[in-house]
Amino acid sequence: MSDTHRRLTGLVRQRLFWPVLILVVLLVSNLFFTPSFFSITVRDGHLYGSLIDILRASTPLVLVAVGMTVVIATGGIDLSVGSVMAISGALACLHISGLADQNSVTGVLFAVVLALGLSVLLGLWNGALVAAIGIQPIIATLILMVAGRGLAQLITDGQIINVNSAPYKVIGAGYALTLPVSVLIVVAVVTAAALLIRRSALGMLVESVGGNPTASRLAGIRARQLVILAYVFAGLCAGIAGLIFSSNVSSADGNNAGNLIELDAILAVVIGGTALTGGRFSLAGSVLGAVIIKALDITIYTIGIPSQANLLFKAVVVIVLCLAQSSAFRARLAGITRRGGPARPPATPPGKRPDGTGGGLPQQAGPAAPAEAEVRA
Amino acid sequence: MTDAAPILEMTGIGKTFPGVVALDDVDFRMFPGEVHALMGENGAGKSTLIKVLTGVYGIDRGEIRLAGRQVRFAGPLQAQQAGVSTVYQEVNLCPNLSVAENIFIGREPRRFGAIRWATMRRRSAELLHRLHLDIDVTAPLSSHSLAVQQMVAIARAVDISAKVLILDEPTSSLDASEVEQLFAVIRQLKESGVAILFVSHFLDQVYEIADRMTVLRNGRLIGEWPVAQLSQLELVAKMIGKDLSVLEQLDGESKPDLATLEGGQPVLEATGLGRSGAIAPFDLTIHAGEVVGFAGLLGSGRTEAARLLFGADRAERGRVSIAGKPTALRGPRAGMANGIAFCSENRRAEGVVEDLTVRENLVLAMQAARGWARPIPRRRQDELVAKYIAALQIRPADPELPIRNLSGGNQQKVLLARWLITEPKLLIVDEPTRGIDVGAKAEIQRLVVELAGGGMAVLFISAELEEVLRLSHKIAVLRDRQMIDQLANGAGVDVDRIMRTIAGEAAA
Repeated sequence: MSDTHRRLTGLVRQRLFWPVLILVVLLVSNLFFTPSFFSITVRDGHLYGSLIDILRASTPLVLVAVGMTVVIATGGIDLSVGSVMAISGALACLHISGLADQNSVTGVLFAVVLALGLSVLLGLWNGALVAAIGIQPIIATLILMVAGRGLAQLITDGQIINVNSAPYKVIGAGYALTLPVSVLIVVAVVTAAALLIRRSALGMLVESVGGNPTASRLAGIRARQLVILAYVFAGLCAGIAGLIFSSNVSSADGNNAGNLIELDAILAVVIGGTALTGGRFSLAGSVLGAVIIKALDITIYTIGIPSQANLLFKAVVVIVLCLAQSSAFRARLAGITRRGGPARPPATPPGKRPDGTGGGLPQQAGPAAPAEAEVRA
Repeated sequence: MTDAAPILEMTGIGKTFPGVVALDDVDFRMFPGEVHALMGENGAGKSTLIKVLTGVYGIDRGEIRLAGRQVRFAGPLQAQQAGVSTVYQEVNLCPNLSVAENIFIGREPRRFGAIRWATMRRRSAELLHRLHLDIDVTAPLSSHSLAVQQMVAIARAVDISAKVLILDEPTSSLDASEVEQLFAVIRQLKESGVAILFVSHFLDQVYEIADRMTVLRNGRLIGEWPVAQLSQLELVAKMIGKDLSVLEQLDGESKPDLATLEGGQPVLEATGLGRSGAIAPFDLTIHAGEVVGFAGLLGSGRTEAARLLFGADRAERGRVSIAGKPTALRGPRAGMANGIAFCSENRRAEGVVEDLTVRENLVLAMQAARGWARPIPRRRQDELVAKYIAALQIRPADPELPIRNLSGGNQQKVLLARWLITEPKLLIVDEPTRGIDVGAKAEIQRLVVELAGGGMAVLFISAELEEVLRLSHKIAVLRDRQMIDQLANGAGVDVDRIMRTIAGEAAA
C-alpha cells in the first residue's frame, strides 16, 4: 500500500467524507448549466450569489435538522417540528400585528421571546409524553404534529397574518457584516449548541442512552432528563426556524409554514451519517445534509427540470445519496467492480460495523447480519 | 475411528483480514459419528474457522473437502444445503413464532401453495420426540426455556441436513440439568453418524462430551488429539501457550480469616430483602475486604438477589443498611451514591454501549454520577483510562477504539474498570468470567482477590462452583429463588458439599 493510497483511504474513512463529496458534486454540476454559479459579488455592501442563496435558503432546515439529530440520537424522532415552526411564526406575527408601533424593537423582541418560550414549552410537552409517560416517540410527536397545525391556524384565525415591521424583517431577510442575518443566527445557534453538547458530557450521555438504554440505566444515567432536554432543544430549534421563515416573508401562514419539513430534516440527519436507531450522532453531518437538500432544490431549478418532474428527480437523487452514504452498499459495489462477479462479503469481522459512516438508511449489511441479529427471549 | 474416511477435511486454510492474519495454514478434519471440540482462547481463530467452513467468509488459501468432494460455499445457506449446519450461541430463531413454525420456516410443507399446518405440526412433534423432547409445538418459542429453544434450533438444523453440525457455545446460558439434556441429544445424533463440531469455554463439558479436539492459537494449528490423551492442564497450557502459574499462584495465597473480617462494621446488611417472583426474602451481611460468593443454578435467583442489593430492581420487602445506616435503594443511582457497583451478567444487553469507544465506556458510570454539566476533564479521562488499560491489561490498548471491536474478555475488563474508577465500597460482579478465555478469566479472578485484599467488599456470582470456592470467604447457596444456606468457606466446604446443598440434601 503506497503512502498516498493510505492517506486516500484515511480520507475516505472520515465520517464526513461522503456528505462533503456529495455536496461538492452537486455544486460543481451546477457549473455546467450556470457558468457564473460560483461567482459572488458585492452589492450595497452585501454579498450576492447562488452560494449565498443556498445558505440562506437552508437556514430553517439546518436548525430543524440539528434539533432532530439530538432527538434521533436518543433513539426517538420528532414529527412535530413543522407544526412548532408554524406556531412560533404565527404567535410572533400575531403579537407584532397587535402592536401600536410595529417597528418597536422592544415589541418585536418580546414577540420573539414569547414565540421561543412557547416552542420550548411544546418541546417539553413532547419530552414529557415520551420520557415521563412512555409513549412511543413517533406517536407522541404525531399528536403535536397534527394538533399543532390546528393550534397555528387557531392563532392566525385561519388567515395569513401580514406584518410590516422593519426590526422583525431583519431576522429572516436582513444583512449584517455583508452576510444574511439568518445565516449568522444559524451559525451562532449551531456553534453554541455544538459547544454545549460536546464540551459538556451531554453528547456522550445522549449517545449512550440511544445506543443502549438498559446499560445506561444501570450505569446510573438519568435518561429521562436527557430525553426531555433533547425534545426541548428540538422545539427551540424549530421555533427559531419558524421565526426566520415567517420574518423572511413578513407574514405567518399557519397552514403552510414548515409543512413537511420534518421529512426533509430526517433525511438531512440520515445523509449526515446518524443512524435512525439512535446512538452516535454528527451535528456537522446533519448541517451538511440540510445544505445538500437545499442545494438540490436549487439545482433542480437552475438546470431546468420541468416542474412536474421535480419531485421524481429529487427522489431519484435522494436514493442515490442514501446509497452512496451506505458503507454496506459501497462494499458491495466495490466487490462487483473489482471482481466482475457476484459481490463478496465485506472483509470485516461480524459484529463490527466498518466505521461510523454506516449509519444511513440501508444499514442491513448482508453477511454481518446473522451475527449482529441477537434473538433473545 | 481413524479407519473411516473423514467426512470433512480442511487443509492449509488461510484467511487474512486487513491487518490481521486470522487463520494461517490450518488443517482440520472431522469423522462421521464423532464429537470434535475446537479449542482456543478468544481470538485464536475458532469463529473464523467456523465462518470459513460455513461460507460466511471466503478463504484466501487452502481447500475444503466434504465427503471427499472439494467444496466452496458462497454462504451459510449453500453450506446448509450441502450438509453443514450451525447453531449459534445466541439462538437465531424467531421467539414470537411457534416451535413448529421455527423448525419449518422457509421450507414449510405445502400443497397447492398453501401451508399444510397439520403436517408441519406432526413432523415437528416427531422430530422433537426423537430428541426426547415432548413439548407443545404450537406454543410460541419464547414460552420455552432457553435450553429448549437451543434444542429446537438443533432439531431444525438436523432436519435440514445432517452431515456436519456446528454447535457454537451451545451451553453458555444453560444450567447443569439443561446441559445434561443437551448432551443426551448430542450423543443421540452422534450415534446416528452426524459429525458434531463443539465449541465451548467449559473445559469440563468438553471432556465429558468430546471424542477428539483440535487446538488453535493465534490463528495457527497447535494440534489434534483424542480427548483421552490430553489432560485438562496440558490442554490449557496449549491454548494459552504458557503454563498455569497464574491460577496456581492464586490457590497458594491464604485467605484472611473470616472471623477477623466479620469483626468490623458491615458494609451492607440486608434483612428480609425480597421481591415477589424474583427472590424470596433473605438476610445477608457483607464486610469490608470480604468476598461473598453466590452459588446456585441458573435461574436460582442469584442475579435477582444481586439486583435488589444494587437497586437495579426495587425490593418489595425488607431493609438494607449501608455502613450501619438504613438506606432505601430506589434505583441504580441510589446504589451508586451509596458506594455500590453492579457489573451485570449480560455484557451485551446491560453492559457495553457498542456505539461508544473504550474510553467513553470506561468513564460512563463516573460521568453519569457527576451529571452532564460537570464533564470529566479530558486529561483526567485519559489518565484514568491509561491506568486501567495497563492495570487490567486491556487489549488492544487503544482507548479510542469502538468497544465492539474488543473481544468478550476485554470488554468485560472495560466494564470492571467502569465500576472500579467509581471506587465502590461494595462491588457486585455477576458472572464476570462467563464466555471469556482462560487467560482473562485468571486475571479477573486475581483482580477480585486483590480488590478484597485492599478492603473492598465483593459479591461474586458464578455458575462455576470451583471459581466461587476459590475466591469466596463466605458462600450463599441459592435454589428455586430462595437463599437456602450460607457457608463459611474453609475445611469441609468443597464442590461436593455445595452441590449437595443445591440438590437439597441436608449436609451430614
